[in-house]
Amino acid sequence: MPIIEAKNLWKEYGDNVVLEQVNVSVEEGEFITIVGTSGCGKTTFLRMLLGVEQPSRGELLLEGKPFPNEPGEERGIVFQRYSVFPHLTVLKNTLLGAELGKSPVLGRLFGDERREAEVRARHILESVGLTQALDRYPHELSGGMQQRLAIAQALMKNPRILLLDEPFGALDPGIRADMHELILDLWKKTGLTVFMITHDLQEGFYLGTRLWVFDKIRLDPHNTNAYGAFITYDIPVGKTNGDTYEDINESLDESRRALIE
Amino acid sequence: MKRLMNRHPGNVSRYVLGAIPFILLLILYITSSNARLAENPQDKLLPSLQSMATAVDTLATEPSKRTGDYILWNDTASSLRRLGLGLGIAAIIGLLFGIINGVIPLVRANLSPVITAISLIPPLAVLPVLFIVLGLGELSKVVLIAIGITPFIIRDLQGKVMELPAEQMIKAQTLGATTWLVILRVVMPQILPRLIEALRLSLGAAWLFLIAAEAIASTDGLGYRIFLVRRYLSMDVILPYVVWITFLAFMTDYVLRFVSTRFFPWFHMSSK
Repeated sequence: MPIIEAKNLWKEYGDNVVLEQVNVSVEEGEFITIVGTSGCGKTTFLRMLLGVEQPSRGELLLEGKPFPNEPGEERGIVFQRYSVFPHLTVLKNTLLGAELGKSPVLGRLFGDERREAEVRARHILESVGLTQALDRYPHELSGGMQQRLAIAQALMKNPRILLLDEPFGALDPGIRADMHELILDLWKKTGLTVFMITHDLQEGFYLGTRLWVFDKIRLDPHNTNAYGAFITYDIPVGKTNGDTYEDINESLDESRRALIE
Repeated sequence: MKRLMNRHPGNVSRYVLGAIPFILLLILYITSSNARLAENPQDKLLPSLQSMATAVDTLATEPSKRTGDYILWNDTASSLRRLGLGLGIAAIIGLLFGIINGVIPLVRANLSPVITAISLIPPLAVLPVLFIVLGLGELSKVVLIAIGITPFIIRDLQGKVMELPAEQMIKAQTLGATTWLVILRVVMPQILPRLIEALRLSLGAAWLFLIAAEAIASTDGLGYRIFLVRRYLSMDVILPYVVWITFLAFMTDYVLRFVSTRFFPWFHMSSK
């Protein structure tokens, strides 16, 4: 059974159609990168996967059941910014996942439970390369380290799905390459299903197993919001060649220009 | 030559520049006082520094003939107790309602309008009501301070809670937090330093309400004393009391700032 399935999914705000006719099905363990111009609905789609937005029409299914209508533990998230808690050190930021899940009244663990959680947190922090920074606060970390911490926090919950909303958009190119390696490595080890939004088409091609392009190709020049975006390319990555890259690049350029005009 | 706007004082000159206005004010006072006293040694308006020192010495070191108390310290203790209680009550209520209003939209829709309305009532206008209902004792003064600043603290903290990035709230939910745990582990620790900030901003208003309440109905307190001796034009008591009140206000602010930097270092670093 596909882990996530969208059947004729629409999202509208009043007359403004954001997404239309989205039909996709995702198997467990896929790594999907999502590209598109700004305002093409890719973030809206991710927010629906998070549970903070609901589809206007159609169905969105999680393992065949209707999608939960709020964020939950089985779906981890890393945003571009503000994903970590400024008042907690690196170790405590990571521990928080275990504490929130297991201690409903105090939100804290003590004794053996805490020691176990701490061992796990240290292990995860090691896998993202933050062992040197356990007692530092987020403001003492670079942007790349903060994103590593945000990933570590999410991994602490063993989520089945990891949602990444332009996680490396604010990072320098060199650091971004390191982060690509890290995320691919973690994905291979954990077998997570990953959705990653990016505005960098090359990143979309390099990472992952499947690329989605969200685009608005029907455009009413008098009312730009009359038609929504849908998935114009849904292609397995790795089996593509340079021509496909060029095709997508050109088609995205066209939509960008159409939006500006 | 650099532009004026680009020239910064060094470490020493910063203090010197800061001290100059104080010294000038002091010199201005001493010369005016001397001039008036030279004309009329009985003048009460601008007493000399010596007569003020004598007055303070009497109030601070000699027990009062009527009650046996050391008046200055007794007044200070009474006033600080009222101020502390008022601020404490306002802080607890403000924190509680500020957080639940900020986090829970249903409560906010329910309470926000009434809190806004209450915050617009001039607190001194309800002082007679407090005296009638609660009597002239300690309670009415403490309640006046609390009523005066609580609405501000609630509204300020509610705003600060809502300014916390939505990403954090969503992240906490994906980590398994319930509404209660979001409040306890994510919102509350981040709002405490902001509560201290709000308290520091309310200090001026709190002192205003304290002195007003003491002036109208009290038997001790700093405000009571300066309004009492006003009848005898005792500027030699009033002026040192005003300086003392200013100093206490400064120290309260300083202590709050110290507590904040000591216990919430991350807040002061990340908001830089």
